[in-house]
Amino acid sequence: MIEIKHLTKTYGDAEGAPRALDDVSLKIADGDIMGIIGMSGAGKSTLVRCINLLERPTSGQIIVDGQDVTGLSGTALRSYRRRVAMIFQSFGLLSQKSVLSNVCFPFLAATGRVTAQNRERALELLDMVGLREKASSYPSQLSGGQQQRVAIARALACDPEYILCDEATSALDPASTNTILKLLRDINRKTGVTVIVITHSMGVVEKICHNVAVLEHGRVVEQGSVADVFANPQSNAAQVLLERVDWDA
Amino acid sequence: MLEYLNEFVAEYGELLLEGTGATLVMLAVPTIISYVIGLALGVVLYLTAPGSLRPHPKLNAVLGWVVNICRSFPFIVLMVSIIPVTRTIMGTSSGILGTIPPLVLSTSPFIARMVEQSLAEVPRASVEAVEACGASTPRIVFSALLPEALPSIVRGVAVTLIAVLGYTAIAGAVGAGGLGDIAIRYGYYRYQTEVMVAAIIILVVVVQVIQSVCDIIARKVDHRSQG
Repeated sequence: MIEIKHLTKTYGDAEGAPRALDDVSLKIADGDIMGIIGMSGAGKSTLVRCINLLERPTSGQIIVDGQDVTGLSGTALRSYRRRVAMIFQSFGLLSQKSVLSNVCFPFLAATGRVTAQNRERALELLDMVGLREKASSYPSQLSGGQQQRVAIARALACDPEYILCDEATSALDPASTNTILKLLRDINRKTGVTVIVITHSMGVVEKICHNVAVLEHGRVVEQGSVADVFANPQSNAAQVLLERVDWDA
Repeated sequence: MLEYLNEFVAEYGELLLEGTGATLVMLAVPTIISYVIGLALGVVLYLTAPGSLRPHPKLNAVLGWVVNICRSFPFIVLMVSIIPVTRTIMGTSSGILGTIPPLVLSTSPFIARMVEQSLAEVPRASVEAVEACGASTPRIVFSALLPEALPSIVRGVAVTLIAVLGYTAIAGAVGAGGLGDIAIRYGYYRYQTEVMVAAIIILVVVVQVIQSVCDIIARKVDHRSQG
């Protein structure tokens, strides 16, 4: 379980510096698919990047399975990051490495080498995302949707407990989006991995999320089960995201 | 015409061959040494920059200054101003040996900036993705950043070599020899235009070869575009 407690992130030291995150508290249960939704600039990317400490929160705590990870550094931070995989909007594949080498990278990061067993596992994962035959291709030879599937295979390589998806489908067409979402849902069902989905699309939330938190100006303005929030959106942000307000008003 | 060429080669062939050899040595040795220093310096400049993987504003600023100061010297001024240092290190301040310290001193910071720039071109998301995999900073540098930047670094090698080739002509001023020295001595001081033209032709060919070879290698190692 991930518990986010009173998380605040400001850029710059000035007293009145704008707060990207303002006292955010959230609980994400194991096995959940949690959506974090908001407009551009609402702070949702900052939030997810604080979870794996790509960004350091200014104050507050992130507690994972009872352990406060906020202050981790060095080896402890690196081994924590292996438990929390991440998928990016722009895929983040290494363009100079083959698809197989990309999927093997977490092994390299963890142990300093890639064994035959690791490669076997990577091929299994590529099989799972339907790209085994592309193992020796380079990312530039793949479509966006295929690249994101490779990124998912890479994310799964270290058997993570959590997968963070930062706008993972925002750069993809609807067909590829569906493929990626189905894949994430199936992985969640099969392995019980917790998935945290950052998006500005209610469609994505509706399709795969169980719970959702709505972020506006760095604050959580609404949270609950997807069914509840969709049936009865309270916040203005949720209403706009659900297109329940007159667009021309 | 053919006869004239034969005569010319008989008279100046050896001189030009020796000059070419001297130029290539002055080109290769300092450039190799400078790449060892420049790559390390470039990586440190990249890593310590604000917002990078290991931000260290003070170290970054100091290194930046040192690099900028070395790069502010026109090569000929640098060369004569460090003659005492050169003499201490190499035992001489003239000849090919005498050119190595000034060439290294002016080329290393040049390479450092080129490498820094090549690394900065690696997409942020790729770096963050390997960081998010739990890779250590050395692992990120050697297994992700440098391989990703390789095509750009190889293209930088061509720019560097051609710049150093320009410096070697100036280095001729300390009696280091080489093609630039020949072109100036024969063409400018002795009005033997044909020797100068021959030296220039060889220099042009060397530049073309450097550029073409680097382009071919860069294309070979570049997997970023489709194909």
